[in-house]
Amino acid sequence: MQVDIVITLRESILDPKGKASHHALENLGFKEISAVRIGKFIQLEVDTDDPAQARDLAAAACEKLLANTVMENYEIRLPDSTTT
Amino acid sequence: MTYEIKNFKHMKFGVIVFPGSNCDHDAYHALKHEHGIDTTFIWHKDTDLGNVDGIIIPGGFSYGDYLRSGAIARFSPVMNEVAGFADKGGPVLGICNGFQILLEAQLLPGTMMHNEQLRFTCKFVNLLCQNRNTPFTTNIPENRLLSIPVAHGEGNYYADRDLLKKFEDGNQIVLRYCNAEGEITPETNPNGSTANIAGICNEKGNVVGMMPHPERAVEEKLGSADGRFFFESALAQIAPAL
Repeated sequence: MQVDIVITLRESILDPKGKASHHALENLGFKEISAVRIGKFIQLEVDTDDPAQARDLAAAACEKLLANTVMENYEIRLPDSTTT
Repeated sequence: MTYEIKNFKHMKFGVIVFPGSNCDHDAYHALKHEHGIDTTFIWHKDTDLGNVDGIIIPGGFSYGDYLRSGAIARFSPVMNEVAGFADKGGPVLGICNGFQILLEAQLLPGTMMHNEQLRFTCKFVNLLCQNRNTPFTTNIPENRLLSIPVAHGEGNYYADRDLLKKFEDGNQIVLRYCNAEGEITPETNPNGSTANIAGICNEKGNVVGMMPHPERAVEEKLGSADGRFFFESALAQIAPAL
């Protein structure tokens, strides 16, 4: 099954890329956008149909490699039809 | 200016080479040709360091900096050996991308972020050494300002308040960016790093990471020879009886 992971910088960490993009959007006239944060989107294909197991696998992958938990948070998203 | 080059054949340094390392030959040149140290390249897939007395993890873009700088390199087979070597007190110097790898490998604490101004920064900076007890800094004269180049896009070192306190208590801040008068000011911070930090060491002091490139400053004709202090310190520490 497919597992999606969204990695974002922690709130307390300055996000220079997000800040620069926000400035550019402001210059383009997007005055209603008050903040931009930029993260990463990662898709995993895992060899299991068990949502709980898929979530555990994705979490382990994030902790070990995909996210730097000193400065990043990660969110694991399973397909809508599955609940854990 | 000429330097006396001795030949320390029985003392050996290893330079780790990852796919994407690009300062490995500069480090090799600085060690071997400028300081007469027997030096060997160690491929990232090697599982044997070959009885080296010191390790340099050079700069570059290991694994294309995919995911995060140093994130994939730290899982290279050789990094287990480097961790074991460091654990036994062996001197390890990570330069630029090598520093980032040491952070990802958790051989040094904290993390690295994109430069605050989002630009790749390549220029000479002034540095103040604040810990002259590491294997790579003992020969730096006290209060001597160092002129050494930086070249990085992700050199914005981040430490939270607790870690910073720990650093100050344990004297783990090795190098800080400063102006030509030796004052540590926000204007002289090239990347936004916490407390103008340019280099740190682990608690034992044997593992040092720094963003500036000492291997690019080993001859006056390169603009500065201040990088020599780091290699001369290693020589003095590792081979004190020579």
